[in-house]
Amino acid sequence: MASETRLRIKTLLMVLAMVVSANVGDLMLKRGMSRIGAVQLTSPGLAQAFRLTLTNGTIWMGIFFLTGFLLSYMTVLSWADYSYVMPAGAFGYALLTLLAVVFLHESVSPRRWVGVVLICVGVLLVGQTKPRTTAVTREAMA
Amino acid sequence: MRVILALAVLILGSTAGEIAITHGMKATGEPARLRPLALLQFLGRAVRNGWFWAGVPLMALSFYSLLVLLSWEPISLVIPASALSYVVGTFGARYILGEQVSAARWVGVVLVCAGVALVAAG
Repeated sequence: MASETRLRIKTLLMVLAMVVSANVGDLMLKRGMSRIGAVQLTSPGLAQAFRLTLTNGTIWMGIFFLTGFLLSYMTVLSWADYSYVMPAGAFGYALLTLLAVVFLHESVSPRRWVGVVLICVGVLLVGQTKPRTTAVTREAMA
Repeated sequence: MRVILALAVLILGSTAGEIAITHGMKATGEPARLRPLALLQFLGRAVRNGWFWAGVPLMALSFYSLLVLLSWEPISLVIPASALSYVVGTFGARYILGEQVSAARWVGVVLVCAGVALVAAG
């Protein structure tokens, strides 16, 4: 069925947008926070950390991408099953490991590789099931 | 004991929160088109849905529980244990949201759960 294929492609593209924006957002937050340094858990320490985070461009980029993640997550859940989107989103863990190997030349333990393979097989299995199994609610008024 | 309790709050909180948000988004209906204006209108409808706001504090509670857990236990134990939420979430999707979870989807979810636990354990 053509509409079924279209729904699957639309859903998987949205999950990909979700995963990429979450990973990029986390990476930016980590970059920004490591430049700020370890935060002292005292009121002057917290106040200073707050000021530094508000003026840090990298952190704002992180917030921008994480907002994009939330938006794509909400959007995809408006038509696709939670039990489809949630496991498919775990592809992010596999992607993160591959990126760490390719760009950061990190060494990865055999146990972690087994995990990556399990995630990929699991996501492939979930990915080929029907993205939506509940009744279609009212369509958005244009 | 307190670790198991906090883990239960972490997993049940995030699952309940995401199920509430999914329910809210299904009631909102999908955006007419994936264009900026249509997406803004869609977002406006979504935040007027009570289920959306029921989900937010539940997810905040779950996040707080995660912070507390991380202060007690090493991250290599906490994150793999939280991977159980894939299985709990699928039960919730099946019995609360009424989604049909086929055998292939169940096998996929269990593999993902095990895989995330292994990746997070390092």
